[in-house]
Amino acid sequence: MSIIYILWLRQLKRHFRSRARLVGSLGQPILFLLALGFGFGPIYQRAGGGNYIQFLAPGIVAMSILFTSIFSGIEIIWDRQFGFLKETLVAPVSRFQIMIGRTLGGATVATFQGIIVLLISLVVGFRFGNIIMLPLGLVFMLLIALLFTALGTAIASVLEDMHGFQLIMNFLVMPLFFLSGALFPLQDLPQAIKIAANINPLSYGVDGLRGTLVNGAHFGLGIDFLVLGVITIILLFIGSYLFSKIQI
Amino acid sequence: MIKVENLTKKFGDFVAVDNISFSVNRGEIFAFLGPNGAGKTTTIKILTTLLKPSEGKIIINGHNPVAEPDDVRRSFGIVFQDQSLDDRLTAYENMEFHGVLYKIPKDIRRSRIEQLLKFVELWERKNNLVEDFSGGMKRRLEIARGLLHHPKILFLDEPTLGLDPQTRSHIWDYVKNLNKKEGVTVFFTTHYMEEAEKTAGRVAIIDNGKIVAQGTPGELKSKTNKNTLEEAFLNLTGRSIREQEVNGIERMRMRRKLFKR
Repeated sequence: MSIIYILWLRQLKRHFRSRARLVGSLGQPILFLLALGFGFGPIYQRAGGGNYIQFLAPGIVAMSILFTSIFSGIEIIWDRQFGFLKETLVAPVSRFQIMIGRTLGGATVATFQGIIVLLISLVVGFRFGNIIMLPLGLVFMLLIALLFTALGTAIASVLEDMHGFQLIMNFLVMPLFFLSGALFPLQDLPQAIKIAANINPLSYGVDGLRGTLVNGAHFGLGIDFLVLGVITIILLFIGSYLFSKIQI
Repeated sequence: MIKVENLTKKFGDFVAVDNISFSVNRGEIFAFLGPNGAGKTTTIKILTTLLKPSEGKIIINGHNPVAEPDDVRRSFGIVFQDQSLDDRLTAYENMEFHGVLYKIPKDIRRSRIEQLLKFVELWERKNNLVEDFSGGMKRRLEIARGLLHHPKILFLDEPTLGLDPQTRSHIWDYVKNLNKKEGVTVFFTTHYMEEAEKTAGRVAIIDNGKIVAQGTPGELKSKTNKNTLEEAFLNLTGRSIREQEVNGIERMRMRRKLFKR
């Protein structure tokens, strides 16, 4: 337990000590909130969708969690390059513990990031649908964070260096975000996009957040929770397996 | 303390380590020398459980690295060829992290960290971030960290690479001191032959994955009829320059050096 704790603590210390990263990772969500929120707001309103910020904010919270957690997972490549990974791999601890400690650390950091974005969106004009649901919203945030940190870990375990990073950003992370219903409602979409959104785990995360923070989930909270939970567990297994196979 | 018999490591068709055998006695300082790409680091990685051998038998402090990796891991401390500290943590936090990983009880951990940081003269800097340390300070911290769990064996993979002569001689003083005081068995690699000559009791020379000679520095010199270990080394391994294959991680390191101011 203390091993998982110290690995978790390390992730937190690293994150909170780098101010540039803390602030930098907020730039994108703020820009999206302001530019898209106020840019598309009038059209959305006219189309009868209501307040767009109200719709968009949970999506942007999910986005910032997605980016932060994938990056936390991918950080393993960094550790591998700077040699720190070796220090943990020659220690008499199981790789599974290392993987779990790191993943929990990354997920905590990402959840924290999501909370900050949620607070910012309150400033911009977002209002909770039902404040009693907030704890459940936090659970969804943590689930999204766990899922994508585990995914990042799995990816980082098979990549040798940062070359593949752009590839992952453009062909995995961006599509995950854009095809998740974070920016637009999932009703009445062309069939292809609908299918893409339905098999995208982030869709269920966004939907869960929207369902708890505002209300009116597309898939239903139960299904959101189930899908996220199952995929998280599967990814944790895949991630630990791939991580246990790392050779330096 | 270390016993290696007929060890072979293949990467696909490439034979990195080719049927080598050697042993290191308790309390000995043993140097493992060889040109670039000879198989030194691969051997250390196998001895320290980071890689699995293709063939051969290894016993480290009475344990087999493949069957009982955790027992072997508790037996040694290691200073890697490239830095393996977390530079966003302080010196003390790096030590603390290591102590927790090796399950050292809290009060013992505290006093041992203090003792070791004083030993490598970093106690005053214990709360500084490692990123502000010089190369020599990082090395010293890594040595201190490697010793935290009272290992029987200390592996040093080119511990003085890229350091100035003062720091280098300082580090070897620490190592010899440790060997004397705590009876730690030391296994090291280096490219500086005079360091090996001065420090090591025995030496093995590896070239193209094979051990070409082993014995005391004196024995190797008289065997080749040379005055210094450096000449003996060149005589045994030839004068041609070795090119090391650059892998992805290596490339990335180079790029990072460019980015870093």
